[in-house]
This record gives sequence, C-alpha cells and structure tokens, in this order.
Amino acid sequence: MNGLTGAYVPGDSPLHRLPAGAKLAGLAALCTVLVLLRAPVAMAVAALVVGVLFAVSGVGAAAAWAQVRPVRWFAVALFVMQVVFADLPSAITSVSRVVLAVALAGLVTLTTRTVAMMAFLERCLSPARWVGLDPFRLSLLLSLTIRSVPVMADLATRVREAQRARGVEWSVRAFAVPLVVSALRHADALGEALSARGLDDHDEGTGHAAP
Amino acid sequence: MVCVIELDDVRVRLGQREVLCGVTAALPERRVGVIGANGSGKSTLARLLNGLVLPTSGTVTVLGDDTRRHAARIRRRVGFLFTDPDAQIVMPTVAEDVAFSLRRRKLPREEVERRVADILERYGLAGHADHPAHQLSGGQKQLLALCSVLVLEPEILVMDEPTTLLDLRHSRLVADVLRELPQQVVVVSHDLALLADFDRLLVLDEGRIVADTTPRAAIDHYRKLMS
Ligand SMILES: Nc1ncnc2c1ncn2[C@@H]1O[C@H](COP(=O)(O)OP(=O)(O)OP(=O)(O)O)[C@@H](O)[C@H]1O
Ligand SMILES: [Mg+2]
Repeated sequence: MNGLTGAYVPGDSPLHRLPAGAKLAGLAALCTVLVLLRAPVAMAVAALVVGVLFAVSGVGAAAAWAQVRPVRWFAVALFVMQVVFADLPSAITSVSRVVLAVALAGLVTLTTRTVAMMAFLERCLSPARWVGLDPFRLSLLLSLTIRSVPVMADLATRVREAQRARGVEWSVRAFAVPLVVSALRHADALGEALSARGLDDHDEGTGHAAP
Repeated sequence: MVCVIELDDVRVRLGQREVLCGVTAALPERRVGVIGANGSGKSTLARLLNGLVLPTSGTVTVLGDDTRRHAARIRRRVGFLFTDPDAQIVMPTVAEDVAFSLRRRKLPREEVERRVADILERYGLAGHADHPAHQLSGGQKQLLALCSVLVLEPEILVMDEPTTLLDLRHSRLVADVLRELPQQVVVVSHDLALLADFDRLLVLDEGRIVADTTPRAAIDHYRKLMS
C-alpha cells in the first residue's frame, strides 16, 4: 500500500531536484531499454545502473524494498515458469526486467511530490481543454484516487473488525454491503468537503447561481 | 450593529422531512454555539451558512450576500470544518493538503510554502509536514483539516462537531484556538465545555430554535429538554 500512498521520501538529491516531467521521460526511456535488452550480462549492467540511481537518491534500502516487495511473489512465479518452459538465461532476463522496471517507477514516486506530479500532469493534459475537459479536475481526480487508497483500506479494516467483534468470521455479503455503504458515504462527504473548500467554483468573479 | 449572519424564516425540507421549520436569527456575536439533540437539525443549520444546503424557503444572508445567489463567493469567505477529518483531507501528505487550499489563490510558490510552514508550526504539525496524512492520529488529522481551512483566512469559520473525535488535550487545543481566532466562529457541538464561554448559544429542537441566550441559561434549558 505504501508503494502508492505518501511514498515520497523528502531529500535534496539531484533526483529530487529533477523536474517531474524529466523523471517520467527518463523512466519511459529506461523501461524501453529494459525491454530491448536480451543478455543476462546486459541485465546485470542495468541492475547496477538502477542500484547507482537509488544510491544517488539516498532514499534508503527500506524504502526501495517497499517499492519492489509487492511484486516479489509474481517475480518468483515468473522465474519458475520461465525455467520450466524456456531456459535459465531467459528466466533471469524476464524477471530482472520486471523487477527493475518496478524499481525505477518506484524511484520516481519516492523522489517526486504528488503536487509536482499533478502539476506536470496538468500541463500534459492542457490540450484536454479543447474537448471541454478541465485539466485541473483530471489531476485532482488522480490525487484523490491516491488519497483514497489508505482511506478504503482503513474502511475495510473497520468493517472486518466490526464483524469479528460480532463473531462473524467470514461472509462476503456482510463484508461487501457495509464496505460499499461506507465508501459511498465517504464519497459524499468528500464531495461536500471539496465544495466547502471552494473547489467546485470555476471563476473568480461573482458566484454561480446555486443549483 | 452589522449582522454578519442573518436567517430569516428559514425552512429546509430534505426528502419528506421538514428539517428546519422557520428559523429566524441575527448573529453578530463573535462566538456562537449551537446545541441540541441528535437529528434536531444542527448540521443542517451549519451547512446553510456556507450554501452547502440552500433554504427551501426564507433567506440566509452571510456577510451581506444571499447564499442562494452567491454560493461560490460565500464559500470563499466562510471556512467549514466537518466532523470527519478523513473526508476533508484530499492530498496524500500533510503539507500538500494545506498547500492545496491555496491553489486557486495563484500565489508565488515561496509564499505558499511560507504560509503552509507557518500554519503547521502554529498547530504543532511542523514535524509531520512530509508525512502521509493517513499516518496521523484522528486528532492530528482534525488539526490538519483545521489548518487547511485556516490557511485561507476565512472571515467566518463554521464547525460541525470539531472535537467529537478528539481527546481531552486536543479538544482543549481546539478550544484555545477558537478563543484566539479573530474571525467569527459558529460551532455545533455536543461538547458543552467547549461552548461554555461563548458569547451566545442556540438550542435547537426538532428544527426550531427553542432557546437563544447566554451559555449558562441555554445549557440549563438543554439539560431540562434532555431529561
Ligand atoms: N439528505 C437528507 N435527506 C433526508 N433527511 C435528512 C437528510 N439529511 C438529514 N436528514 C434528516 O434531517 C434531520 C436533521 O439532521 P441533522 O444532520 O441536521 O441533525 P443534527 O442535529 O446535526 O444531528 P446529530 O447531532 O446527530 O449530528 C435528521 O432527522 C435527519 O434524518
Ligand atoms: Mg450533525
């Protein structure tokens, strides 16, 4: 969960100072290279490069591991399948390709504030204005999604605990119904809070007629 | 006297229910409290003050503007603090959430950073500036929500049960904040201690104001009502 939410590790490394757009472009470029690489030796070099980037960022081993951890079982499964159905070198290449790509993406998250990411996204999305979409809203949607992950996880835990407290061990319906209800209620409250913070108004002039 | 908030025969119908039935009040006092039983219409009254709820009939005038016609402008001038801080925090980290409030002000970046740092410092959250908001305790989240509202320097602050989820220490902190705020505050609460030194207290019952007086008299009335 932490891989997505508030993963930013404050710092002053060159990677932290790089603009979000440059980092995303770099990420795209490096991932392309990863796809093109074939030999295990080349992968070893790539791993070294990624290692150096992490060292430069100074985010620490724990934060780095937290980024890769979610794919660990997938990596193991992929490795086993590749060994069985292909051969050892291709197993090594495909697994390192996945792990390194995830690590690189994680490095971008670890060194970029959500605000910077949003600002970049908004600039990229500005052509959306021509088809009537508001780039600010689109990027707000993104950050709300990120923010909602821990809130939802929290709601799920609470529903689970309430069930246990009543002696219900496991029932899909008794889990899903209250979770959906509280999610909807949360969405409602969030919408209200957003409009209380003035985020539903577009202009700076006189107000709109209320609905 | 200039009345900052004026309600004139306000009725609100939500679904089949008449939630407020003819509320009239002029509120020039700096600190106004609202108490009453569950379901008596307190939250609805609070939401009327920044146009989140519009009257079915009657008028609500805030800072000279009718909420029905100038909802957007009123929302910029009236800050609102809800009970549940989780629903108010929209950005992943503490400083980002406060900075987010200032987005529409189009201030230079240094100015935004300075204001955010100042307010987090004042409410004891400076050490958490870059922490994920979901790792804060309930009380700290409420303080963060308060910072995100106050950073906009609203002229009026409306709060709906701001201390319900807070421990005694954090409740006192909020009470102290309220005492020192220069702007007008309207607070809905079941926390009678919080409202004890207010300038004026309204007691709501089934959508009507049944007492409108000093805190001491209003709380007595409320106690009788509840017994
Ligand atoms: N959207 C709605 N539709 C229908 N009825 C509603 C709606 N919102 C609130 N009500 C009803 O209006 C009445 C007053 O609600 P309100 O939330 O203002 O009460 P309250 O005094 O804040 O109560 P509490 O102390 O429990 O917060 C309640 O009986 C509630 O059921
Ligand atoms: Mg209420």
